[in-house]
Amino acid sequence: MQRRNLSRYMPVSRRDFVHALAIGGTMAAVAALRGWSAFAASTPRTPAILTGTDFDLKIDSWPVDFTGRRSFATAVNGSVPGPTLRWREGDTVTLAVTNRMKKSASIHWHGVRVPADMDGVPGLSYPGIDSGETFVYRFPVKQSGTYWYHSHTRFQEQTGLLGALIIEPQYGDPIEFDREYVVMLTDWTDTDPETVFGNLKEESEYYNFHQRTVGTFFSDVRRHGLRSTISDRLLWARMNMTPTDFADVTGATYAYLVNGNPPRANWTALFRPGEKVRLRFINGSSMTFFDVRIPGLLMTVVQADGNDVEPVVVDEFRIGVAETYDVIVEPKADAAYTIFAQSMDRSGYARGTLAPREGMTADVPPMDPRPLRTMVDMGMGNMGGMNMAGMDGMTEEDMKDIRGMNMGGDQKTAAGAEAGGMDMQNMPDVKMDGAGERSAPGATQVFRSETENDAPMRMGNDQGTIPFPQPGPGVMAVVVEPMAGYRETKLELSNPVHMHLGPEVDMVPAHVTKRLNDAGDGLNGNGRRVLTYADLRARYKGADGRPPTHEIELHLSGNMQRYIWGFNGKTFAQSEPIDLKLGERVRIVLVNDTMMEHPIHLHGLWSELENGHGPFNPYKHTVIVKPSERVSYLVSADTPGQWAYHCHLLYHMQAGMFRAVVVS
Amino acid sequence: MRRGRSVIPRQTVRLAVLALASVVTCIAPGADRAQVSTSPMSPAPTTASAATEMQMPEMGNQIFEHMLFNQLEGRTDGLSSEFRWDGEGWIGTDMNRAWFKSEGFAGNGIVSDGDIEAFYDRPVPRLRYFDGQVGLREDIDSGPHCTWLALGIEGLAPGFFEFEPTLYIRDGGHVAGRITGSYDLLITQRLIAQPELEVDFYGKSDPPRRLGTGFSDLDTGIRVRYEISRKFAPYLGFAYAREFGGTATFSRQAGESTADPRFVFGLRVWY
Repeated sequence: MQRRNLSRYMPVSRRDFVHALAIGGTMAAVAALRGWSAFAASTPRTPAILTGTDFDLKIDSWPVDFTGRRSFATAVNGSVPGPTLRWREGDTVTLAVTNRMKKSASIHWHGVRVPADMDGVPGLSYPGIDSGETFVYRFPVKQSGTYWYHSHTRFQEQTGLLGALIIEPQYGDPIEFDREYVVMLTDWTDTDPETVFGNLKEESEYYNFHQRTVGTFFSDVRRHGLRSTISDRLLWARMNMTPTDFADVTGATYAYLVNGNPPRANWTALFRPGEKVRLRFINGSSMTFFDVRIPGLLMTVVQADGNDVEPVVVDEFRIGVAETYDVIVEPKADAAYTIFAQSMDRSGYARGTLAPREGMTADVPPMDPRPLRTMVDMGMGNMGGMNMAGMDGMTEEDMKDIRGMNMGGDQKTAAGAEAGGMDMQNMPDVKMDGAGERSAPGATQVFRSETENDAPMRMGNDQGTIPFPQPGPGVMAVVVEPMAGYRETKLELSNPVHMHLGPEVDMVPAHVTKRLNDAGDGLNGNGRRVLTYADLRARYKGADGRPPTHEIELHLSGNMQRYIWGFNGKTFAQSEPIDLKLGERVRIVLVNDTMMEHPIHLHGLWSELENGHGPFNPYKHTVIVKPSERVSYLVSADTPGQWAYHCHLLYHMQAGMFRAVVVS
Repeated sequence: MRRGRSVIPRQTVRLAVLALASVVTCIAPGADRAQVSTSPMSPAPTTASAATEMQMPEMGNQIFEHMLFNQLEGRTDGLSSEFRWDGEGWIGTDMNRAWFKSEGFAGNGIVSDGDIEAFYDRPVPRLRYFDGQVGLREDIDSGPHCTWLALGIEGLAPGFFEFEPTLYIRDGGHVAGRITGSYDLLITQRLIAQPELEVDFYGKSDPPRRLGTGFSDLDTGIRVRYEISRKFAPYLGFAYAREFGGTATFSRQAGESTADPRFVFGLRVWY
């Protein structure tokens, strides 16, 4: 970054800039100007901010230097990450996106509810934007919050085609703050992502340089004794799995960036002591989960995935790929604070600074010890002394479909007896709210309506065919069940899960647990208050109060060694779309049959996470499913069209963890 | 150990290359096309016409190719030296692959104990990490050069053991078997010891090729490599080759030794 020579590219960029100026209005001009000067300088830079209703975005290949080595990224308007777009709820925005590269490109508005043909997924929404072409997106903005945009074409997201997207609320922001910053976290590699993908296919541990070795064996023997070390090693070896699997692509090749700045560049956000600073964290990385904290400051989480939540004060939070969290910090002292985002596998970190003046730094904390996967992650029960849930009421017949730990054709059914003595008391998130306690296909579910206190109102058959508004201060629950008190509805599973147990699947956990109260592997017991999904309570009541009419259960499956990923044991290439009827409300149950976290993103429709807050369940666009976890959320199929549904780990998606959802 | 020495017959090489080419063209792409045609988006009620025009994303059906030389080494016992190669490569999707293998020795301008194999490769249902392979093996050495029908599996056995048993059949009722196994022991993240073993069996004595019935020979060793990168790892090690039974008798009659311990140094490379 220091000695980059951009002169060759300047004429083009200047023209772009002038164009953007003319279109975007004065505010954009000022912001863009500041952005540009910062970009060309050697000090930390922040992507430009473009405001208004009309935007001209140019996608181009662009020289960058994040690691000390010059390579090429995919830029928007000459910026990596691309400019921050600021829209206003209630406006209709027009975005002319021109592709100046030789290959096809696309832009998807992540988390934004748009008509299906504006969603920007090649093959589903449109054919993509060919070389030299301009595609004009135009749609009304009916929501507010922090979002982002990125390419949906091959690995362009990895090479930098992404940016922040801020939508201001139409009638003033209920969140109070004095200033705000976007903190875009990304992972960058100088290696061609296609090569990275090929490397993973040949050797899935290619980027893992923290595997167990002879050395760790002896240190474990010293710590735990010879016997337990050997039995532990044998247990993992029998499964051909390694407890060090936390990230497929690691700091061995990645540089972790804050707004496009590597740690040494130290991106800095300024504040005046006593101010309320809103930090809009966006995980725009391709493969990296970050654990974020600001030593010395408490963070108040006020928004998740663009939707306001009841404030939660935490020391730290884990942000999955594609998630966003808005936090408020109030630094009182005239001192610098480090924004520290370590990757989940502790192979590197992104770092920035909150400071009263430019050039200040605070200590960068050491990374936490590297975590190890446990038998809970493997779905092998309470070997670690943990309480198991989700096994209640399971019948012998149900167990047949769970199949035990299915390893190499050796069909061992887990002992149903183990399920009996589980301790449910210590799992506060396990409430009988109908959130998929049923653990196997074929069974029926008693549903308890959460809307008993609302005024009874029967809606017509066309309910839900007009997109529901985003929950907000003025939004009423549109549809309500016509019952006072609890109503029991039998929920049939619409798709008895046919797990395809081919070579695409290397494990099926015997014990699937609810882990909403679990901060995640590597965060439990670290002495800090860490955000969990159970903490997320929507600030406003959900817009659709209807109970779901059926359930769709999907298993997240994969074969780590072969590097094949999919749903229900099938890759996208092998699968059929998931059909939803326009207007219906469904429960999607996700069961993670792998030992990795998967951030699952449903395009076009909200995912209302069932975390026990009933009508105040949080609206999300991306939901992390932990290893051997069962998670459910409700979806109102209120916007017709073909929607992408996929794991947001980019290489998992490209390896097949992708489905089309068709609402019609 | 050496079952005959000669310069590689040109004809044999040509034949082998032809065999490889035919496997590639016939099997792998054909199977691919079959999968592509079953487009997952066939019934798309809302925008059916648009969907058919659009190029579906490729996710989950991509063609990859890799080539690995696990052994590319010199072997010496102080008196004589020889060159050894053992490599494999594949091209294809997750489900259908063309797979090639080759191994052999070269020394003093002659090539011995070499073969080249071409397979159609496919994952075995129920065996999570194993591929089934069917194809041809062409021996590159003297005497009547042989073409074998080859049938095997290759993959990761529980405990992270690479395991690769192959059965060979050829005309005249000849049956042979080869089992290869190896294990990667991580001393550090980049310093890796790899014990390896290869044994051969023959069902029928084959005097022109100096092969006896039964367990004929073994090639074992341990190599300690340093992965400068995953794809480039120089190594040092020790290899021990030995003949048994009738095969050993043939060698003794020819005045050759039946046990051959050597130091090895080489490169493990892949792309």
